[in-house]
Amino acid sequence: MKFSVDNRGYYGDFGGAYVPEMLHPNVEELRTRYLEILNDEGFREEFYGLLHDYVGRPTPLFFASRLSDHYKTRIYLKREDLCHTGAHKINNTIGQILLARRLGKMKIIAETGAGQHGVATATVCALMGMECTVYMGQLDMERQRPNVERMRILGATVVPALSGNMTLKDATNEALRHWINRPTDTHYIIGSVVGPHPYPDMVARFQSVISEEIQKQLMQKEGNPYPDTVIACVGGGSNAAGAFYHFLEDEHVQLIGVEAAGKGVDSGHSAATTVLGKPGVIHGSKTLLMQTADGQVVEPYSISAGLDYPGIGPLHAHLFQTGRVSFQHATDDEAMEAGLELSRMEGIIPAIESAHALATLKKNQFDPDDVVVVSLSGRGDKDLETYIGWKPKNDE
Amino acid sequence: MGAERLTELFGQNPSGLLSVFYTAGFPQLDDTVQIGRQLGAAGADLIEIGIPFSDPIADGPVIQDSNKVALSNGMTVPKLLDQVRELRNTVSIPVILMGYLNPVLQYGFDRFCKDASDAGVDGLILPDLPLDEYESQYRETVDRYKLALIFLVSPTTAEERIRRIDGLTTGFIYAVAANSTTGARQAFSEEQVQYFQRLKNMKLKHPFLIGFGISDHPSFTTACQYGAGAIVGSAFIGMLKNSGDKLQGIEEFVKSLKPA
Repeated sequence: MKFSVDNRGYYGDFGGAYVPEMLHPNVEELRTRYLEILNDEGFREEFYGLLHDYVGRPTPLFFASRLSDHYKTRIYLKREDLCHTGAHKINNTIGQILLARRLGKMKIIAETGAGQHGVATATVCALMGMECTVYMGQLDMERQRPNVERMRILGATVVPALSGNMTLKDATNEALRHWINRPTDTHYIIGSVVGPHPYPDMVARFQSVISEEIQKQLMQKEGNPYPDTVIACVGGGSNAAGAFYHFLEDEHVQLIGVEAAGKGVDSGHSAATTVLGKPGVIHGSKTLLMQTADGQVVEPYSISAGLDYPGIGPLHAHLFQTGRVSFQHATDDEAMEAGLELSRMEGIIPAIESAHALATLKKNQFDPDDVVVVSLSGRGDKDLETYIGWKPKNDE
Repeated sequence: MGAERLTELFGQNPSGLLSVFYTAGFPQLDDTVQIGRQLGAAGADLIEIGIPFSDPIADGPVIQDSNKVALSNGMTVPKLLDQVRELRNTVSIPVILMGYLNPVLQYGFDRFCKDASDAGVDGLILPDLPLDEYESQYRETVDRYKLALIFLVSPTTAEERIRRIDGLTTGFIYAVAANSTTGARQAFSEEQVQYFQRLKNMKLKHPFLIGFGISDHPSFTTACQYGAGAIVGSAFIGMLKNSGDKLQGIEEFVKSLKPA
């Protein structure tokens, strides 16, 4: 298995567990126990049961006929936007909270950027009656007010991260600091395929239900479990990891990861890590990282708060380095246009994160009988204000 | 050169050692040398200079803030190495650089060790460098440039792992007093004192210095009953931030912890 994590916690050159000694016991406990717990029959039953009855899985694989006509190929949308709470994030939070209970940890912390992972965490904590603290950059709290209120309604405590630039990276720092200070009774639910080993592998496994379902659904609809292409957006990379997971070893399936180019890759306001990043260490793993020549982490930018993270998961760094996944990017404008196009053509308002994946449809050549699956990772309800405020370039 | 200064200092079963941590380039870019000199003159036994980083996950608010200020002052790794070289002209006590791994990796690990050693650095503390990676990829380089690499243990570090760390560390062991980020706090709890006693009873090959939460004479004295000494960081940086006369402040600070 070329693209699986090895027994040292690495994907090729990337990964590992670069944590201070104070976090070592926590990470080590997870490392030694996660596989045994995930493979346990009782755990799987409970996990898949909740995904079915509570999250609403399997999510539909929808054949988008008007979009397909427009792009002269066969486009399916994997409807993660129809998950409870509006995005794929809850697949992971369900898995991790069940794991936390088996580890005997009754308090949960999480970081959030746009608030989707925070809401998904607050939701499962309410479901399980567990105490929930979510760190969120002060700036993001101002930008994403409705999600802050959703978390509070769900009973979570939202703590503003006041360090650094007060966005996702700083919220992650604060959550790690909290975990250092409360190591024994607390589990940290990381929201993406980032962080020290075993988090990237664990989160990818929880999200792999996405590609597991795609295979079954394509088998039913097309008589073949393998699409020609899978497209997903990449911030930290959790929905992409899930959508690619069961296709990684089948190299005839083309995989496209789409990063946020922001105002343009070379504009100085971008989050296109595979283009702008170099190998480095952030939040406990070695990966590609946007940084200065002096090794200071650079604050990324994207119109989509879920994609403005300065790194990518170590799995994706490896998939980029080996060329297994084609990493492409879409600007703010391209994503917004693609989001509006889907809204009008298929009656689905996508999250701006997912719109980045849609934006690459016009940049790639597909054959008329190709099967192209786009991971529609979230719904656009949280982005209404951005959609309302956005003016197409040619209107200016 | 290099680790020898540490070997010498720790060679004779020392006690009551005071190690002071401060962030390079704080409060002003060029303060690094002056602060180090005054620490040496006032009676500190070791100096730990922090390499500023944008994302210091093991640090509390005081040191985070000093990192931020130092970076906005324009502090970089090359500047820091120049400052250490200058400091070395007049200061003979061991100088240790402490920082997160990423800036060191970007500078180039080999080049960093070489230049640090040339500048007169004795040892490194890299809290997010894992033991396995150190052994398999970095140890040879650190040894080649005769640098010490000092590892941390914490209250939740298992005994077997403490033994392993004792086998890997050079100079001393940095015993983190609490499961916490850096920063001054209340007096030591009974649990913490038991942990210090447990470390002492292990009769490790290396002496240990206790750090995190040491802020005054009582906490320093308690730490020195168990370890070879203690490390003070946040309290010192807080003093630098608030003191009108830095040089006098440093002297008073050192004397208040460790009366002559």
